[in-house]
Order: sequence, then C-alpha cells, then structure tokens
Amino acid sequence: MSASNSKIAAKPRENQKKFERPVSNVSKTKKRSKDKKLRAGLRRIDEQYNDAVYSAAATEYLLPESTGFLEAEDEMEKTFKVRQSDIRDSVDVTTANKALDLSLKEFGPYSINFSRNGTHLLISGRKGHVASMDWRKGELRAELNLNETCHAATYLQNEQFFAVAQKKYTFIYDHEGIELHRLKQHIEARYLEFLPYHYLLATAGETGWLKYQDVSTGQLVSEASTRAGPTTAMAQNPWNAIIHLGHNNGTVSLWSPSMPEPLVKLLTAKGPVTDLAIDRSGHYMVTTGADKSMKIWDIRNFKELHTINNLPTPASNVNISDTGLLAVSRGPYVTLWRDALRASSDAKPCFGSNRGKVSRNTPYMQHLFAGNKVDNMKFVPFEDLLGVGHGTGVTNLIIPGAGEANYDALEVNPYETKKQRQDQEVRTLLNKLPADSISLDPNVIGTVDNRASNVRLTAKDLAEITNGSLDKNKNRTDIPEVKPDVRSKNSGLRGFLRKKTQNVIDERKLRVQKQLEKERAARKRKAESNGEDMEESGDVVDQALSRFG
Amino acid sequence: MKIKTIQRNPDDYVPVKNTQESQIPRNLDPELHPFERAREYTKALNATKLERMFAQPFVGQLGFGHRDGVYAVAKHYHDLNKMATGSGDGVVKFWNMSSSEELCSFKAHYGMVTGLCVAPVLASKNKNLQYMLSCGDDKTVKLWSVDTDDYADVKDDLDLNTKGLLKTFYGDHAFQGIDHHRSNSSFVTGGAQIQLWDTSRSKSTSNLSWGADNVTSVKFNQNDSNILASTGSDNSIVLYDLRTNSPTQKIVQQMRTNSICWNPMEPFNFVTGNEDHNAYYYDMRKMNRALNVFKDHVSAVMDVDFAPTGDEIVTGSYDKTIRIFKTNHGHSREIYHTRRMQHVFQVKYSMDSRYIVSGSDDGNVRLWRSKAWERSNAKTSREKNKLEYDDKLKERFKYMPEVRRISRHRHVPKVVKKAQEIKRTELNSIKRRDFNERRTRKDKPFVPERGKQIVGTVHQYEDKPKKKKYDEDEEEYPSSSED
Repeated sequence: MSASNSKIAAKPRENQKKFERPVSNVSKTKKRSKDKKLRAGLRRIDEQYNDAVYSAAATEYLLPESTGFLEAEDEMEKTFKVRQSDIRDSVDVTTANKALDLSLKEFGPYSINFSRNGTHLLISGRKGHVASMDWRKGELRAELNLNETCHAATYLQNEQFFAVAQKKYTFIYDHEGIELHRLKQHIEARYLEFLPYHYLLATAGETGWLKYQDVSTGQLVSEASTRAGPTTAMAQNPWNAIIHLGHNNGTVSLWSPSMPEPLVKLLTAKGPVTDLAIDRSGHYMVTTGADKSMKIWDIRNFKELHTINNLPTPASNVNISDTGLLAVSRGPYVTLWRDALRASSDAKPCFGSNRGKVSRNTPYMQHLFAGNKVDNMKFVPFEDLLGVGHGTGVTNLIIPGAGEANYDALEVNPYETKKQRQDQEVRTLLNKLPADSISLDPNVIGTVDNRASNVRLTAKDLAEITNGSLDKNKNRTDIPEVKPDVRSKNSGLRGFLRKKTQNVIDERKLRVQKQLEKERAARKRKAESNGEDMEESGDVVDQALSRFG
Repeated sequence: MKIKTIQRNPDDYVPVKNTQESQIPRNLDPELHPFERAREYTKALNATKLERMFAQPFVGQLGFGHRDGVYAVAKHYHDLNKMATGSGDGVVKFWNMSSSEELCSFKAHYGMVTGLCVAPVLASKNKNLQYMLSCGDDKTVKLWSVDTDDYADVKDDLDLNTKGLLKTFYGDHAFQGIDHHRSNSSFVTGGAQIQLWDTSRSKSTSNLSWGADNVTSVKFNQNDSNILASTGSDNSIVLYDLRTNSPTQKIVQQMRTNSICWNPMEPFNFVTGNEDHNAYYYDMRKMNRALNVFKDHVSAVMDVDFAPTGDEIVTGSYDKTIRIFKTNHGHSREIYHTRRMQHVFQVKYSMDSRYIVSGSDDGNVRLWRSKAWERSNAKTSREKNKLEYDDKLKERFKYMPEVRRISRHRHVPKVVKKAQEIKRTELNSIKRRDFNERRTRKDKPFVPERGKQIVGTVHQYEDKPKKKKYDEDEEEYPSSSED
C-alpha cells in the first residue's frame, strides 16, 4: 500500500488543497529529531495524512450534485438585472415551488430561522406570532400567538425544539408549541444563537450581557457583561463557535464562554454596528455599520480586506451563504455579490456598472421589496434560496449558486427519517463538546504545548487551580460571605465595614466593598427573578448615616 | 442567461420502498465538518471511558479447581479448547476451556507434579495420537495420552492412575521442569541435572549439565527448535544447542530466574521472570544486557508467558497479581487480581491470545481475558467498525492527559499499593545514594538499568566500537573481549 502511495503522493491531485488541514506548528527542524523511532513515527503519520487527503480529494469526483449558477451569455446581459419572476419561469417546477411567499400583514416584521438541515422554517413576528413549519411540504408544526413582543427565534439541535426571545424572558417550546422552559436568566434577549456542537444557546440583547445556556443539562454555563450597552448584532462563527457581538460604539467583540473578557475587540464602524456575518470556513467576517459602511474582514489575522464607506443607505442585514455569496439588505433592497470574500482589489463589492473597467465586482443579484423593509434574512441550508423576513411576511428568493449542493448525511441530513433524526440526536449528545473548549483555534486540542515546561501547566496544576478557585472564597475567612438571601440592612459585610475606621481605605476594605456590591446585585437579581417589583430602595440608612460619618 | 439551481430528486435520497436503505451521501469537504479534532477527541474520551466500563477481565474458574495448589499448566498447541494442569498433590486434570469443565482427573505422581507439557508433535505420523509428559518429585517422567476417552473409567484421583499411561521414565533425582522438542521425539528435564531424553528410549540420551547446581526450569525454543534454555538455582540462565549437544552461553544474575519463555515470533528473544520482582527480555545473541526490563510487580515473578502474537507477555507473581506487559514498554498495561487468588505460580496465554489461564496456590485455575474490555461474541459489521474506529481513536489520543489518566487507572489491592510505596521509597533512596556517591567518585562506572541485574556472562561480547576521539584512548581501556 505504502509503495503505491508514495508513488502517487509525488503527483498530488488538483483539488487536494481544499482537503488539506492546517499544518501544525511543529517545524521541519523539530521533525528532524535524533530519535529514530520518533522520526519513523512522524513520517508514518505524515504518510497517513497525505494518503487521507489524497483519497478524500479523489472522492470529490463522485459527488452526485453540482452547485447552481446564473451566468450572462454576452456582455450586454447583467445578472443583477434578472428578476425573480424571470428566474421562476426558467427553473424547474420543484425549485419554483420552493420560492415560498407568505403574506402575513398583521404581526410583522418577521424574523426567520431555518433548522440546521433546512427542512423547517421558524418565523417570529415582532407582534408575537411564532410559527414552525416544514416549509417544503407546507405543513405547519406549531403556531403560537404570544401576545407580547418577540424579537428572535431559533431552532435548537433539530426542529423538535425552538427558543423564542420574548419581551422579557427567553422561552423554549417544543415542536407542538408547548412551552417547556422559561429561561429567567436571559432577560430582554434580542438575539439568539445556538451552537450545535456544544449544545449551547447564546443570548444577547438590551442588557448587554452575553449568556450561554447548556440546553442538554439546563445549566447556565457562563455569563459575561459586554460593558458596551445594548448589543446591536450577533453572529456565531460556525468554524470555532466563537460568538461575535456588535455594539453601539462600532466595536465587534469576540467571546468564548470560558473567558469573562472578549477575546478580541475590533473597531469596525464609526456608528453602531447594524449586523455582521461570518462565512462557514470561519475565515471571513462582514460587518455593516449605521455609518453606511460595510467592511469585509479576514478574521484569521483581523485585517480588513475591503471597506465600502458610502453605501446609499445604511445596511441593515448581512449574510454569507455556504458558497460564499454575500447578501446585504438596505431598507427594501437585497443585494448579493459573488466572490466578495477575496483579498484582491477587484473583488471589492461595488454597485455601479463597470464603466469600461472590466474588473469590478458588480452585484450578482438584486431584489426590491417595494414599499417594505427587510427585517431579517437567512440562506436556506443546502438550497439555492435566500429566506427573507420583512414587514409583511416571509419570502424565499431563488439565488442560483447559493447553496451547498452535496450534503454529508452523517453530519446534517435534509432527507433524514425520524429514526435517523433520533439517532443523530443521541450521537451528537454523546459527542457534545465541553463549553470551555471554545477557543479561536478549534484544532488546538490534541496539539503539543510548545511552551517551556516550567511555563506550561501540568494536569495536576490545572486541577489544583480550578479546584482552588472554586473554594477560594471558602478559604478567605477574614471577610464574611456573600449572602443574597439576607434582606436585612445589617449583613455581615456591612457590619464589618462599619467596624473599620471610615477614612482608612486598604486592600481588604476595597475587597469588602466589592463583595458588598456583589451581594447587592445578587439580591436584586434574586428579587427580579422572583418576579417581585423591587423598588430601588438603595441604602437609605447608609446614606443617612454617612452624612454624619 | 444561463440559470441552474440545485435539483435534488428526492427519489434518489429517500427510500421508495421500506425494504430499501436510505441513501447516506458523503461529502468530505472539511468545511462541512467543523470541530473535527475536538469531536474526535471527545469520541476518543468516550471510547476510553466505555473501555473501562466494559473491563471485566475475570471470565471464571475452570471447574472446581484442584485440591492443592496448581504448579504446572500445559497448553495444547493443536487444540484451542484444551488445557492440562498439575497440582501439588500429584493430580493432573484436563479441562475443556469453552465450557470450563473438567474432562478428566487422575493422580499422576506421588508428591508434586513439577512439570507438565503437551508434546507439539504427534506420537506417530499415521495416527492422530498426541501425548503429554509429566514429571514429578517421585523421580519419574510419565508419558500420557491426551485422549480423554482413555481416562473414562478412572475411579478417583486418590490412587496412582495407570489408565492412559503410555510409558514411564525413571530418573535418579526429582525432576523440575520438562519441555518437549518442537519437531522430533526428544524432551528435556531439569532437576539436579539437565537431561535429554527420547520418548522411544527409556534412559536419558545425554546429560547437558554445566556446573553442579539445580536446574529449576527448561524451555525449548519453538522456532529455532534445537536451542534450549534453562534456569538454575545458582541464579544462572544457560543456553544449549542440541546440534553440538553442549551449552553455548551462561549468564549469572543477581537473583534467581523462576521461568523462561521464548518469543514465538522472534526466535532469538526470550523473556525471563526473576525473583527480583522484574521480568527481563533478552536477546540470546547478546546477553550482557536486557532488551527491556518489565517492572511493576512487588514480589517475585513466578511465571512468564508470551502471547502467540509475540508482542505481549503475561506475568504471574508471588504478590498475588497477574500483569500484562507490552514487549516494547517497561510498565504493565494491565493488572489482574481477585480477592481469593493467592500466589500465582502459573500463567499461560491461550493459543488464540485472547485468554489467559492462571494457576495459583489456592488450587483454582482461573480464566481471564487478555483484553479486559473485549467480548468474544459474534459482532455485526457495524459493531466491528465501531470498535476498530474506537481503537484507532484511542491510539491517536493516548497521550492526552485525560484519556491517559482514565485508561491507566486501575484498582490495585491495598497490600500491593502499600508495597509499591515502600519499594518506591527504597529505590529512590538507592538512587539518591548512588547520585551522591557519583558526585565524589567520578570514576564510578555507570551501569545501565538494563544491565544491572547481570553479575557476569561466560562468553563476553564485544561492545560496539564507539566513536573515538583519539587513537590513544584504545590503550587506556582494556578491551573486554580478551577471554
């Protein structure tokens, strides 16, 4: 086997590059170890890897479907002038039927969400109309009139469950629309993202907190304050499960549940960030700002590839399809570009025709919802469709070449049976990734820590640290504990503070003050979660006393 | 304008009839498979956990065991299903391994059965007749039939049995250890002398003794079949060549070697179980140091046996545990013990390398799995694929701390645990003393860990010529190969 492979390996396949995994950081010099056995082992691993890549590349030829396209036949034709009605007339009936157009004038504007395999559509009208449907068969699964504002809705691991961000709390419903949970810690969420491999529901919204809830165990895994006011945009990086949040000050911050601080902060716009999108390879991000700017970023090195500063009106939504089509909506307009995610200057998206210049990236397609406003749009997984939620309903636009033609049935299967869905759910639950493994490089696990052995933490150290941090508060016996249950004005901490001389501010006192603050916040949160209308009573007594102090 | 959209015909993907399997199209594009490494790691971790969950090494005991300790076990080279054991009261029993039943039981010797071996050759070419040899403290070697029908009318195992007995050889001394030649009819016995016999003759054909001490065990090389090794009570290991009818090499170790076993795949390598708690892996061509030292036992290693695959050994020890080692790794991958098992005197791999038979002081013959998590039932191809995939994953992520911790975790008897601690302290203090001594005595010779146990070899080996900086050096160091 190896003999024939070494012969083949000399002549790699043309499409092999696509199947290459990013090389590890072991340099060539390190591979030239003195240890003969080790070198042989490394060589064998290399051979196996090359063999795997080579044979994976060979299977591409066997893929049954091909991606769609829309091509102009001569220079006078422009693809962006093709209208949806023209497309609908020229494609086959099944595709034309998929161009669904739901007219729902009462409860709009609608935001939409597709299940991971694209079979189900979840729509949520701002005024409280939520519906889950198998849109291809036209079967309604659940319909709810919630009688309160709904901001976003998302399917969880499959179409059996969905979460809706309502006026105050976020709720989880099952496939029949029965309320299962009220997530009382997710207050005033405006955006929902579900991380399918980690079983995490991430919410962000008016409070400026990003919260992660594990939907398999029900635990709140992590919560982090963005300290940047209400969140204005949210997207997950499907490659590494990092959550990107857009803020009012124009920054985009990258979050992982294991860190209380953002991993990265990027200044992307001069005004609020209106929306952002990340492509499925996790290489590119597109951000739009209220300052009429649109920027394309390479998030491997956080560099701007293209900046468009003068959109006619600020873009409200942006999305990237599996094949790399960029869709941007401004008011009633939806505009799509192809090949915009490249570094070369002729890939920069622009509106005008190419005025003699051949190499300009003019739009691929356009659509106008006359007298309407686009609220939300999502590409349908594995279909040449763009679902658009707008003021008066939901419309699917046919976008040839938008979808991944060949799905992998062991990953996500649009044609799965009930049994397969159940099996898949069990399988994904078994292989659920721990929340704290989310990091910028998803392949960091299993690699060699190159740092010096005295810098590196051993497993034992790590265990000690994590255990230590858990009972660190227990060990600190010099100050009383935080007790959110205490309703009296004379908690242990307060008494402690009183005992200390007022004008001496030392490290310990600062700590006590901080703890007191925490206690107050905890108490407030507790009262809120109990549904009590907590008056901001403040520390009236303290204030009064401090006048004499 | 050319327009094409994705058109999947559902008939290609959804089964039309319910007898049809649904299509599972694959797309190996890495972008469709995010978190590849992390998911594989999770799978590996789960596989490791499942492995430990399914780890049930003890299959059961064979029949009701012996009335006395089991000090001899013989494998049947041609029949997976059969096994013979001999005990301290002179009783030999045949076992059916699959039903773990006793096939027959008879008293073979007065006193202990000290050696037992099923001959790898047939008694005669035309008859499918096999035989077994047993030796005992009563100065006899007996040749037995292995056909259990011959023992059908054995009344009980209290009186000396003559049914199924083909021949008796009388010696001058009590025998210790017996082994049969792979291809011809000769066999060898240990004891006060090491003697070569032929089954067709009644007197020993030659005496191979070298030195006056007792020979405690003898073993033929099964591949290079004229080579034979013995261990003596003078802490020696001696190699003999039957073509010249003479010993070829002798090494003396610090402590006594209890047993010896040749590698079935690499005919020049053999492993020895030593009284100093270790097993040593030797190359017979170069015996001035071991190829590997298998450490982990906390008491004398009483028996070693190679798996028929040649890459694993099993050791039974006086510390009442059985350990399994990989030949290329110095520490055991597995420890087996039960509360009732006493000092283990015999361990043998079954001929398919999937089971281990142990004989111990308490008289029971126990059957173990060589891979504790493996099950021998028939498996569907999906199940097989899954197990193979899991094995690969475990192999790939075996160095990850969590995976390693789980796969290495074993419950060890308290006594052994305590003994390990004491031993560790002792070894550390010896090491420390050596280190301190070396600081003041620069000329103290460095002895490699794999050569420490060797006191001396009769025939010296030339060391590999090292790179010499100066030619003058040659005179400073007298060459060790002078005599």
